[in-house]
Amino acid sequence: MAEQKEKPRKVASMGMVPYEMALGPTWTRFFEGFKEKRILGTKCNKCGRVLVPARPFCPRCFEPMEEWVEVAQEGTIVTWSYVNYTYFGVTPDMIPVIGATIKLDGVDCGTGMWTQIGGFDIKDFELVTKKVKVGARVKAVWRRKRQGNFRDIDYWKIIE
Amino acid sequence: MGRAVAVIGTGQTKHGRRDDLSYPDLVREAVKKAFEDAGITPKDVDGVVYGSMPSMMEGVAYNHFYFADALRTVGKPLFRTETCGSTGQSVAHTAIHWVASGMADIVLVVASEKEHEGDAQATMMTILEPFLMVTIGGAPVAFSLQSREWMGYYHIDEDKAREAASIVSVDSHDGGLNNPLAHIRVKLTKEDVSKAPIITYPVRLYDVCPVSDGACAVIFASEEKAKKICKKPAWVKGIGFRGEEYFIGDSSKAVWQSTIEASKEAYKEAGITNPLKELDVAEVYNPFSYQELMFLECLGLCPPGEAPDYVIKGTFSPGGELPCDPSGGVLCCNPIGAAGLIRVAEAALQVTGKAGEHQVEGAKLALSHAMGGAMQFNGITILGSEL
Repeated sequence: MAEQKEKPRKVASMGMVPYEMALGPTWTRFFEGFKEKRILGTKCNKCGRVLVPARPFCPRCFEPMEEWVEVAQEGTIVTWSYVNYTYFGVTPDMIPVIGATIKLDGVDCGTGMWTQIGGFDIKDFELVTKKVKVGARVKAVWRRKRQGNFRDIDYWKIIE
Repeated sequence: MGRAVAVIGTGQTKHGRRDDLSYPDLVREAVKKAFEDAGITPKDVDGVVYGSMPSMMEGVAYNHFYFADALRTVGKPLFRTETCGSTGQSVAHTAIHWVASGMADIVLVVASEKEHEGDAQATMMTILEPFLMVTIGGAPVAFSLQSREWMGYYHIDEDKAREAASIVSVDSHDGGLNNPLAHIRVKLTKEDVSKAPIITYPVRLYDVCPVSDGACAVIFASEEKAKKICKKPAWVKGIGFRGEEYFIGDSSKAVWQSTIEASKEAYKEAGITNPLKELDVAEVYNPFSYQELMFLECLGLCPPGEAPDYVIKGTFSPGGELPCDPSGGVLCCNPIGAAGLIRVAEAALQVTGKAGEHQVEGAKLALSHAMGGAMQFNGITILGSEL
């Protein structure tokens, strides 16, 4: 074949699909609790574990988890990370953020849903490494207006 | 495990940014090389297995339809298998099961990704539902959280972990320099790595894999066919795969059961009792240098909580007791769907003495590994030079 002069080019394409995802009865009730500043878990009557977020069934026993338990709003940091880069949907004004997994008191798993550590100047990285530690105690800080979704907990505050 | 199975040929593309080729052309590049390496033609193949990341990655749903011709699957059965990052191990296992069962004699396995065509991070964010486990920071944060959990669980000194992670990154990048197909080929020092910009602390720029385009093809055959066709097959000695619960906080990610159990199963099948001593080389899935430290422990290659000590004393470096990722690993090349299969192909190259500049001298037994999902899956394939 004769040598090709033109540079291989690309073609633009975009797909956008709106979804409506069913929360089901358990997660609907879980987020209703958020509106009232309550964190609700469910308990497995077979293994006895309390899990947050609440579950319709025990992931291990496969039994329905129908017993509701209001849990503590304080807990311990299991792990954390300092997010300092932009990516799809994240603009420079939205970083840094501190993501974390938190073990709430009386709960038998870590909770890692939209759990951000905040309440101080997190742009000060030195301060972050001083305050945020595995094992540090934290407390939920709620938004004034709550809509029954993960954003209702504004951030988790370090208890000094 | 059924009948004996061997790798009789492998093919990889030049990995990197491959805007020069359409996606089917890229897949063909790997498939063609695998057929040439095995010395067979598509008519010898009984079936094809393909895998990649979710459709959003490149914008074509069921892209194995788009690649039907490049996969040479016309007139043959075709399986698609995918488990996110561990897809490459899963497609290999699908073929191994297929041949071991006696239902097929020769199976072509292909995996690929062309991440520059879309937005890899946007795609990976759709792997979790968007209302309960809403991630901040995409994939890097998930594995940074895992690394921090591991450091916290074993009370590992931050500076020591940093030094070990820097060594992992430097060693992998040195491997990349020896691998002409690797995406990232750059010389780094420990200081370059430890002073690089923070991505998701403790993870810095050179602790993270690149966004790559690339494809890999591996041909598996039964004992009878392998002995007839191939002068030096790489024999499948053992495989293991384990899944875990969906919610990330439900189980420990510091003592990662799916890695531990998958590797135990593979070692048992391979008759390995002391993996550090018996293995000659390991292609550990290392998209994040810190994560490799945790893997070294969970794969049973060093005692729990002691990976930094072992890495710092050079156990897993070139020339060490068990060199890891001489190909440069995932840190130098991550076409995600293909990355786990590249580990299998690299293990095959090592035990057949075909790894070129990154050959580990005299390697006879090699481990390949990959992980995937919302920290949910681990797959292992062990290959050896002897049946």
